[in-house]
Amino acid sequence: MKIVLKDVVKEFDTFRAVRGVSLEIGSGQLVALLGPSGSGKTTILRTVAGLEFPDQGAIYFGDEDATDIPVRERGVGFVFQHYALFPHMTVGENIAFGMKVSKKARSKQEIHARVNDLLRLVKLEGLNNRFPSQISGGQRQRVALARALAVDPKVLLLDEPFGALDANVRHDLRRWLREIHDELGITTLFVTHDQEEALDLADRVVILDQGTIVQEGTPEEVCRKPASAFVMKFLGDTNRITATAKSGMVDIPGARLSASGLADGPVEVLARPGDLSWSFDGEGIPVSVLRVIDRPEGRRFLVRTDAGETLELDVPIDIRASSGDRGFVQVLRGNVYPR
Amino acid sequence: MKSHRIAGQPPRVGDSAVVRRLLIALVLIFGTLLVLAPLLVIFAQAFSLGLEHFTTTIANPDTRHAIYLTVVTALLAVPINTMFGIAAAWAITKFDFPGKRFLLIVIEIPFSVSPIVAGVAYLFVYGLQGLFGPALQAADIKILFALPGIVLASMFVTAPFVARELIPLMQAQGRELEEAATSLGASGWRTFLTVTLPNIRWALLYGVVLCNARVMGEFGAVSVVSGKIRGQTNTLPLHVELLYHDYNTVGAFAAASILTVLALFTIIAKVLLERQGAGRAGRPTLAANKGGTQ
Amino acid sequence: MPGFPLSLGITLFYVTLIIALPIGALIFKAASLGPEEYWRIVSSPRAVASYRVTILSALGATLTNLVFGLALAWVLVRYDFPGKRFVDAIVDLPFALPTSVAGIALTALFAQNSWLGSALASIGVTVVYTPLGIMIAMFFTSLPFVVRTVQPVLEDLDPALEEAAQSLGGSDWSIFRMVILPLLTPALLAGLSLSFARSLGEFGAVIFIAGNRPNSTEITSLLAFIRLEEYNYQAAAAIASTMLFAAFVMLAVTNFLQARALRYTARD
Repeated sequence: MKIVLKDVVKEFDTFRAVRGVSLEIGSGQLVALLGPSGSGKTTILRTVAGLEFPDQGAIYFGDEDATDIPVRERGVGFVFQHYALFPHMTVGENIAFGMKVSKKARSKQEIHARVNDLLRLVKLEGLNNRFPSQISGGQRQRVALARALAVDPKVLLLDEPFGALDANVRHDLRRWLREIHDELGITTLFVTHDQEEALDLADRVVILDQGTIVQEGTPEEVCRKPASAFVMKFLGDTNRITATAKSGMVDIPGARLSASGLADGPVEVLARPGDLSWSFDGEGIPVSVLRVIDRPEGRRFLVRTDAGETLELDVPIDIRASSGDRGFVQVLRGNVYPR
Repeated sequence: MKSHRIAGQPPRVGDSAVVRRLLIALVLIFGTLLVLAPLLVIFAQAFSLGLEHFTTTIANPDTRHAIYLTVVTALLAVPINTMFGIAAAWAITKFDFPGKRFLLIVIEIPFSVSPIVAGVAYLFVYGLQGLFGPALQAADIKILFALPGIVLASMFVTAPFVARELIPLMQAQGRELEEAATSLGASGWRTFLTVTLPNIRWALLYGVVLCNARVMGEFGAVSVVSGKIRGQTNTLPLHVELLYHDYNTVGAFAAASILTVLALFTIIAKVLLERQGAGRAGRPTLAANKGGTQ
Repeated sequence: MPGFPLSLGITLFYVTLIIALPIGALIFKAASLGPEEYWRIVSSPRAVASYRVTILSALGATLTNLVFGLALAWVLVRYDFPGKRFVDAIVDLPFALPTSVAGIALTALFAQNSWLGSALASIGVTVVYTPLGIMIAMFFTSLPFVVRTVQPVLEDLDPALEEAAQSLGGSDWSIFRMVILPLLTPALLAGLSLSFARSLGEFGAVIFIAGNRPNSTEITSLLAFIRLEEYNYQAAAAIASTMLFAAFVMLAVTNFLQARALRYTARD
């Protein structure tokens, strides 16, 4: 089912949570709404679910205008941030709830069989009779998903699906959610503030800031061509070097970067730690080493330029230095934004 | 523009207009008939023969003595009860000791026991047929059918009032603040007065207000132990009954109206204290379910 | 931390002197009657009739409170209407008003010659001096219990549970029945048992409106009181200890029911 949002606006009291968002989610896609807290991502998700009604704009499910359809008739599966499992019902009863209250009459055996199928799908066979308080966070997450899937939703919506879980559980569940999505092919929209999660899982990433979409695209597009300094900074560790643009170019020691389309004047050059290189002598920005940080995946230098800016760069592990050592940093790749 | 665009919010359970109006109407009609109407009846009856008659009734020496006795009882019972409530809350929330759970249950017994049972029980302690009765008579000490008996019975029925406001609150606040204060060298009293008391003052006052209302209004337990001697051991609630049975209905309601004003002040104080956050922790619950022990 | 001997000392002294000693004395007095004498008193027709009217009226009052208290708590938490804060405050009136005052006020309100009493009489309903009057007095004095136990739980109910149930297609009624009501059950049970215990023991508010005719509208606590006034201390002890015993049984049963209703919170 394709979902289309047209100029959706939602205000709470005087606070504008969503300011005119238009978005198209293709049938069967897995899309992430990514943004810092207060960016309006959860409000958009709840508006798609029918848990909030937009003040302006429209929402289409396929060709049908779903803007006014209340949540109970909208046919969405919603997984809440803290799962919202019914604490007084067992895992099996939680999953069966949607089928029991449905207008479509199902026999007890039918419901029972479907619950078992779903438990198998989410790999929770045997936990049928446990209460939510008796299972782990990761298991609750999967029960919540099974419960949402039980009503054959047209669309699956997940609010910070892994937010409340430990890092290692989170990693496994991400892979697993992708598998389930690929198996069922259901259009899925999820909200997260964790860029790694969004890039890891989604076909397309929608990045939000202060109630508007600042960029949308595949993980490759948003990583390689960040549309703004905000996106660049939000997606990962970023170094900032101040410079001046002159006739479409920016000159910094050891590098010359294109600033096409930018007016002459003050700019900032943003570069990932992996896009800087180190040399003890040669070209580049002269710096002194502040600290050396060793990590399982590599080594990182914290350095300070003579202008007083702090930079972080990843170096091969055979390069050794200690604090106070002098050297040069060269910018291999970088994006230029107006300052 | 569609209707919900004005409401803004999708309907929650029970938000349909029919259900909402029906429930509000039910609550208002029943509430008016069974809670508000009795309140109005009291004042209507008290002033049914005019203001002058009302003031002469109140000025009657027996009524004035009943008011005096009620105030004296409260002045004795409430402070003692408050001290007990603070001590009990301190012991139960700041320390662990065997039998704590049982102690909590015992403290709340007066809530589940009929005041008549309480009165009868006191009779078997201090009455002539009771444990200490003969010894007390030999020593010429009067407890029953006198002020001490009234105070003791009032203390029984209100024993849990202050403690049950303080215990859940102090439980929630933990022990760290007091531990920090004592580790910095503050004495126990100083810690209590400067660290604990400021944090529990509204809950404490809340408990005191409710305790006072109950002491001044207690009827059953006091009617057993007081002997209801007119002008001597008749508290105001007992005096209401006495006048009523004397077929002095207007007098009874005049006396009742004083107690009603007290009740209204209690409710106002309660609302004001709840705005300060009091009363959130101490909602009515059963003793054994109170989170006294973990 | 300092203050343990002092605070525990005060607590134990007070609890012993004010609560345990009289309760113990009552049990001691009742126990000294001997089983036969005790049984003769508590199984006398007049006593049994008093249990019946007390328990039935208390049940009626409590069940009325279940419906009305739940509705009141719901209305106060979920809806906005003019005068809501006043209603919320006045709910506590039955706790704040002395029972003898409540008793004479309810009697005057429902008396045959009052506007409400005569209106009810015209449809064949008599309140004063009937078990219905006892029930109304008990309902009045125990009104706040259900409201005040359910209200905070309803306020704290996670809205996401309701939203989840809605997103799964539940109608209002099925969500109320299958999700909200079960989650309120422990609080309801607590409120109901407090309300029932209070009704069983209520004295002041009831005796004015009850009529107090032996074997029909005489409640058990009044019977204990009458035995005292007759200087029949043994009978008073037997009846009062029976009431005490009933209160303890109530407490135990309620705790058991509440633990059952809350069993889903237990971890493995």
